[in-house]
Amino acid sequence: MSDSSIRILIVDQNVTRAAVLEDGLREAGHTNVVVVRDMQNLLKRIVDAEPDVIFIDLENPNRDVLEQMFQVSRTVQRPIAMFVDKSDAGMTEAAVNAGVSTYVVDGLKKERIHSILELTISRFKAFNQLRTELDKTKQQLEERKLVDRAKGILMKERGMNEEQAYALLRKAAMNENLKLAQVAQSVITASKLLK
Amino acid sequence: MTPNNLIIGFVPLLDCATLVAAVEKGFMAQEGLEVTLVRETSWANIRDRIVVGHFDAAQMLGPMTLASSLGIGHLTVPMVAPISLGLGGNAITVGAALWTQMKEHGAQLNGDPASQGQALKKVVMQRAEQDTPPLTFGMVYPFSCHNYELRYWLSASGIDPDHDVQLVVIPPPLLVDALREGQVDGFCVGEPWNSLAVEAGVGTIVATTNQIWRLSPEKVLGCRADWVKQHPQQTAGLIRAIYRAAQWCDQPENHAALATMLAKPRYIGAPVDVLQRALSCRLRLTSNSNPVDIPEFFVMHRQLATFPWASHALWFYSQMVRWKQCEYSQAALDVVRSTYRPDLYRSALLMIDESIPKTDYKTERAVQGRYVANDNKSGLTLSPEGFFDGRVFEPVDVEGYIKAFG
Repeated sequence: MSDSSIRILIVDQNVTRAAVLEDGLREAGHTNVVVVRDMQNLLKRIVDAEPDVIFIDLENPNRDVLEQMFQVSRTVQRPIAMFVDKSDAGMTEAAVNAGVSTYVVDGLKKERIHSILELTISRFKAFNQLRTELDKTKQQLEERKLVDRAKGILMKERGMNEEQAYALLRKAAMNENLKLAQVAQSVITASKLLK
Repeated sequence: MTPNNLIIGFVPLLDCATLVAAVEKGFMAQEGLEVTLVRETSWANIRDRIVVGHFDAAQMLGPMTLASSLGIGHLTVPMVAPISLGLGGNAITVGAALWTQMKEHGAQLNGDPASQGQALKKVVMQRAEQDTPPLTFGMVYPFSCHNYELRYWLSASGIDPDHDVQLVVIPPPLLVDALREGQVDGFCVGEPWNSLAVEAGVGTIVATTNQIWRLSPEKVLGCRADWVKQHPQQTAGLIRAIYRAAQWCDQPENHAALATMLAKPRYIGAPVDVLQRALSCRLRLTSNSNPVDIPEFFVMHRQLATFPWASHALWFYSQMVRWKQCEYSQAALDVVRSTYRPDLYRSALLMIDESIPKTDYKTERAVQGRYVANDNKSGLTLSPEGFFDGRVFEPVDVEGYIKAFG
């Protein structure tokens, strides 16, 4: 179910994540999507955009700025309230777990935005998972570089071949109950000190 | 997770000190509690993560626990505040341009809050006459002590906080830049952010909130009411650990070690000397001036600083009604009373501290008065406390107090 008349505002300092979410929403037929990245005068920009739904990431300290809107909403035309109510505890939890918070204009029927919320939560989850995997890959790459450098040092200093150097590192790691990368780092540090 | 592994949320502000010390100095471990402290970036996150159960407890703004119990601005989730994390620690800082204007109208460095307020009032009036846009002040959250203290001071100085000036929420880490860039003319926030604005050469502290309301309440430990009900032993353990940590924190000889601890990036991440000064109730009020003593600027243990007075909760509620965040009702009063829980505090500390007051309420007098906690066998006398404008808050007549503001 898509509802292109619903105005959606995304507040996210992470440009890529905001784009991923925006694309997803557009694909689902929601054409009224505005993304705010610049946090200057946030309140005014939100009031100007007149959104029905606001998404903001939980890492954003500007969440508290948004919350003020519920207090000053008497002075703006369209009161904004938290989407969640008692019946939606599960949805709130899913959103917080995914790292996103949702605000919806008071009076908007919940059914109308249910799919939007679900889509947002799943996109946030997917993005965060991707980021975790990327971080892991990066770390593995870093670790491999360390091991390669340590191997190089051993090969040069002790006249070993690559296989022997690797075996020595592994043995040391197992004996010391350390990670291979940690032993490699020690070898690199030690060799610098001995220079 | 065993029930003794607890996750507690905090925000990088000076009054996370007792929580940090409770963990770092082993007071939590002494109670058999294994506590992980998680730093948060917004008050809204603290609330949400308590609500969904990511956090067992958190450093919370006193009024926030009430808003949650009352269901204002968010879900109705009954909260409990079983111990206070200290008194005072906030200040009002203005930018260079506003300070110059205030001085032209009689404001002085380290002046009393009444005359500073009069100077500000003249600036506000002059701006209105000249058709200059109203001054903008920043604070940190709608349901915060800072919001109510700033409004109290402005209003008592004859400035209507909703019409004569503009109040905006800005997260503490962004306040110094907002002041530098002229996005705000001043702000009310907890330390170290006032001092950081002074150190950066962009702000002057014009009043501390303990000068506006001596021994005024601030943060509390907040937990979901159902969590407290299911975890009575852990709750009592938390109260005792924080109480003992506060005792340790309040000793002047420990301030250097505490400041070093808090200065770490995973806690507050501010310069050691700035933190140590504030802990020792000394502040540099404007750049290149000598720090001055502000007695009882921030109190962690003395003066019953950890006792969760139900009358403090009632005062916060009076301000929520006064500033139209909610309506007055008898039912709401009951909810407010049952959020602050001196009974839990008392039962946890029964064998440890004999000077705990047996009453849950106290009158907040005008600052000239002297208060002796009633029914207090140890005969402990508290310093004079109360409001700078001479108003008296009687917790038995919240409605009358609100009406008197007009």
